[in-house]
Amino acid sequence: MKGLPPVLITAIVLVAGFALCAMQFPNIASTRVLGNLLTDNAFLGIVATGMTFVIISGGIDLSVGSVIGFTTVFVALAIERWGVPPLVAFVAILALSAAFGAAMGVVIHVFDLPPFIVTLAGMFLARGASFLLSTESVPITAPVYSTVSDFALRMPGGGRLTAIAIIMLVIVIGGALLLRLTRFGANVYALGGSRTTASLMGVAVGKMTIKIYMLSSLLAGIAGIVFSFYTSAGYSLSAVGVELDSIAAVVIGGTLLTGGQGSVIGTFLGVLIQGLIQTYINFDGTLSSWWTKIATGVLLFAFIALQQGLVALARRPVVKSAGAAS
Amino acid sequence: MTALLPRRGLAQVLALIVILAIDRIVSPQFFDLRLQEGRLFGSLIDVLNRGTPVALLTLGMVLVIATRGIDLSVGAVMAISGAIAASLADSHGLPIVLAAALGAGLVCGLWNGFLVAVLGMQPIVATLILMVAGRGIAQLITEGRIVTFSSPDLVWLGNGSVLGLPVPVVIALGMLILTAAVVRGSALGLLIEATGGNARASELAGVGTRAMILSVYVWCGVCAALAGVIAAADIMGADANNAGLWLELDAILAVVIGGTSLFGGRFSLVLAVLGALIIQTMNTGILLSGYPPEFNLLVKAVVVLAVLLLQSPKLSGFAGIAMRLRRTKA
Repeated sequence: MKGLPPVLITAIVLVAGFALCAMQFPNIASTRVLGNLLTDNAFLGIVATGMTFVIISGGIDLSVGSVIGFTTVFVALAIERWGVPPLVAFVAILALSAAFGAAMGVVIHVFDLPPFIVTLAGMFLARGASFLLSTESVPITAPVYSTVSDFALRMPGGGRLTAIAIIMLVIVIGGALLLRLTRFGANVYALGGSRTTASLMGVAVGKMTIKIYMLSSLLAGIAGIVFSFYTSAGYSLSAVGVELDSIAAVVIGGTLLTGGQGSVIGTFLGVLIQGLIQTYINFDGTLSSWWTKIATGVLLFAFIALQQGLVALARRPVVKSAGAAS
Repeated sequence: MTALLPRRGLAQVLALIVILAIDRIVSPQFFDLRLQEGRLFGSLIDVLNRGTPVALLTLGMVLVIATRGIDLSVGAVMAISGAIAASLADSHGLPIVLAAALGAGLVCGLWNGFLVAVLGMQPIVATLILMVAGRGIAQLITEGRIVTFSSPDLVWLGNGSVLGLPVPVVIALGMLILTAAVVRGSALGLLIEATGGNARASELAGVGTRAMILSVYVWCGVCAALAGVIAAADIMGADANNAGLWLELDAILAVVIGGTSLFGGRFSLVLAVLGALIIQTMNTGILLSGYPPEFNLLVKAVVVLAVLLLQSPKLSGFAGIAMRLRRTKA
């Protein structure tokens, strides 16, 4: 695909949007706002990283929002009611989320079912399970939580790079490296390009499918823990609709929804763009939060239409000169 | 195959009977009907009445899914049409209110259909756009408030009765008959199935696949708008945040329970509506049983999984092999 890569377009949109916002509200261009942007969207960044892998492989994961909700409730109950040490609770919930994702991957692969509907069932299941645990918001008072919440690296200009923002950045960078530099990452692209070709080339399609959904649910579990740090509570209705936000971030980040192309960095930029819209609306004060949805919808459309155009352009020369196709 | 799996639809009817029987055990008055002020009351009527919005969504969704598509935006379209109906209800007559609300649904359907049929986007993605933005648009119409109205005409649509039956039920029944007459009374249904079965082959055989796809999304939008008007009329107000929330998932589930494959092709309108009734009977049963309504989600998840596994191409493959083995033995 020649011309501007989608990630670059996303970056340009982010920079242009940021410049526009900064012209109207000069205060936006400060490390304080940047720090808040990263903190407020930490869980979204983590979960969208996992979603990127799933979508590049040609699938989709609708269950991530519910997994976050379940995780916050589980962690809160484990620490506050069952007296489990926080670290043990974290390990337990991460193992549980990974197993949940693996189970969805098994169902998708073994029974050859569309990921959309399997993860939809997973979404009902995880949300229902969190309702069963508790329908009330459970505050978390463990000392670890206040320690982590208070921890922050000072940035020049008074901004605070909080612990959860750091966790998110580490996961985004780790995810980008995993996707770009490892055999696992190459296989993810191969699966999204064509399942049959990938299988003929010797990719273990079943194992890969299971691993990819495991990764997505595991990251959703981490995002859930981060979310519980963010709100210091566990609530079964938290993170409703996050699956849509993260899919939107992935698409805005230039990942092809049909699979085969995309990047974690693009997704990260997509998360920042959504955060920027929210920040702008907060600064403005008169606009209501529903404008976020409309703006996200417009951006979604613009990026999907752009992809459609790029794909059409990329296909055309192949027909004309088959030998030159790369 | 016919000996092993009798007529299509038997599984759904049996499932409905089993769930009704469980409901009867849970709540002994389940089948009681009484006539009061010229209107029937009872749990069964309640199931029909509450099931109406999803049943209407299902009528459009089943056609969309038959073309191998999916429409995620129906819940948001419900919110938009409900918002329009509620804001116009007290200042305009019912015909204008209905025309505006259904017109909005038509435009939404055209938009989705345009993205899928003309721009060639993946249906999940194309309708995701309106799913995300639609609720924002609905909020814009209601200006973020819950708009209430008292227009007796519109309220009658949600709470009135005709021949003892609630108006929404009559409307849903009418829509089912209308859709079935148009789709099955002509070759349209066959052409839709052909489009879903193999769009390229149908195109080559002379089926106007683009027109087919466009029209099913438009119909889906109109059905969703009607469901939105009824939902608004029912509560005498429009809540842009919650109207139709997650109902797209229920509608998809109803279609899947009704035996229509998500991979397109054959569909059944009646069975899909039956699927909607099965879901509602389950919901009502859980409510009556005194369990917290949160159980709904768990039960739904189990049902989806069970239906999916039954539909799985792999499993029917196993069943085919098993049958062949049996036949060779005999």
